[in-house]
Amino acid sequence: MPQAGDSVISIRDFGRDEILQVLAAAARMEECGHFGLLEGCVLATVFLEPSTRTRLSFASAMMKLGGQVLDFGEPEQSSFKKGESLSDAVRIVGGYCDVIALRHPWEGAARLAAQIAGVPVINAGDGANQHPTQTFLDLYTIQKVKGQVDGLTVGFVGDLKYGRTVHSLVTALSRFDCEQVFVAPPSLAMPEGLLAELQQGGVSYSQSEELAEVLPGLDILYCTRIQQERFADSLEYERVKGAYRLDRTLLRDSGARESLRIMHPLPRVDELAPDIDDTPHAVYFEQARNGVPVRQALLALVLGKV
Amino acid sequence: MAAEEKDRPQLSVTAIRNGTVIDHIRNEATFKVADILRLDREEEVVLVGMNLPSGKVGRKGLIKVESRELTPDEVNKIALIAPDATLNIIKDYAVVGKRHVELPDSVEEIVRCINPDCVTNKQDVPSRFDVIRSTPPSLRCAYCERTMRSGDFVLR
Ligand SMILES: [Zn+2]
Repeated sequence: MPQAGDSVISIRDFGRDEILQVLAAAARMEECGHFGLLEGCVLATVFLEPSTRTRLSFASAMMKLGGQVLDFGEPEQSSFKKGESLSDAVRIVGGYCDVIALRHPWEGAARLAAQIAGVPVINAGDGANQHPTQTFLDLYTIQKVKGQVDGLTVGFVGDLKYGRTVHSLVTALSRFDCEQVFVAPPSLAMPEGLLAELQQGGVSYSQSEELAEVLPGLDILYCTRIQQERFADSLEYERVKGAYRLDRTLLRDSGARESLRIMHPLPRVDELAPDIDDTPHAVYFEQARNGVPVRQALLALVLGKV
Repeated sequence: MAAEEKDRPQLSVTAIRNGTVIDHIRNEATFKVADILRLDREEEVVLVGMNLPSGKVGRKGLIKVESRELTPDEVNKIALIAPDATLNIIKDYAVVGKRHVELPDSVEEIVRCINPDCVTNKQDVPSRFDVIRSTPPSLRCAYCERTMRSGDFVLR
């Protein structure tokens, strides 16, 4: 579990017990409120790549605990435009606040920032690499809707090749007793390196190209967006997009379990039909809300207030 | 056949008095090892052998350098590109120490990350890698977490 002064950079830094402790702290935040816990503390949100929802979720978490939020501003207006180095900016902002939430397009930016900021850094996304608070909120959602993480069969569908949220959640779930099922077209399949890591760790997984085939066996289905820029051929994009679209009819016809819960990091486009939204399967809006207690817990932990 | 082999004159190379013999170098990596050690600038006696017969790796490279002990950084670099290499320490024409090159748990600064979006390629930051396997070598960038295999290594 992160201690006072620690940074939260990558889910790889967290073992199973530490993950469970963070989830337990998030549950306490949700139950008790804890307003005033971070009174007098300042969070700086430094988002050098736009992500309004993540930034607002951090701000909301801080304010709900009575803390204050400073925002670094848009990258276009900030000193970065003038060629200031990341290291200099982080060192200076670190002097104005007690904790930094950093989003940056360079991979490894948060790890570097944590070495020099002088205050804890929470990684709010470093390029295609990590987004640990997303992974914690995904795990928190799974635990909340299923009671526990162990013993579940978790499916992933969509862009599994480039999907950062998928890779991090897969890594986290490999610390639990879960069966993982990967559904994607060959061009967007899970990276070989990550599969090799799962094999080395003795993690049980399977791969498929057919969503309907695997749906009946799943407890959780984690959907991700398939982005057009990944395809050179727009016809191929349309074909793949159609083949991995989930709607109420597919859920019924494939024989998916009543207890199947569907997650999505949002925003979605076409991959999840709106007719699923008001079924008990849909937990993606709850998932987005869970970002607040999870970030409250992490802020409180690294500031030594838990 | 064995007798013929025996009768053939053996390639003779000058022995060194004090220094290091790097043996069992992967044949293709021989000149890379010479580069790592900056042998082009070495002023003491240097012997570089290539295409030498070897039961272990088929054909091998071998380098002898007079009056030189390798630094840990040099050993780490060699371990990355020639993981089977052995180091023989020579004192007064005798081998007084022999060991395999071996990677530590992490290597710093000696390799460049292959990920163009990695912070270590964007800003002046020393690279750092966790060694996830030592033979064949495989590294994970401590910053961007990209995994690299031996074909990907670009030494700094
Ligand atoms: Zn890197």
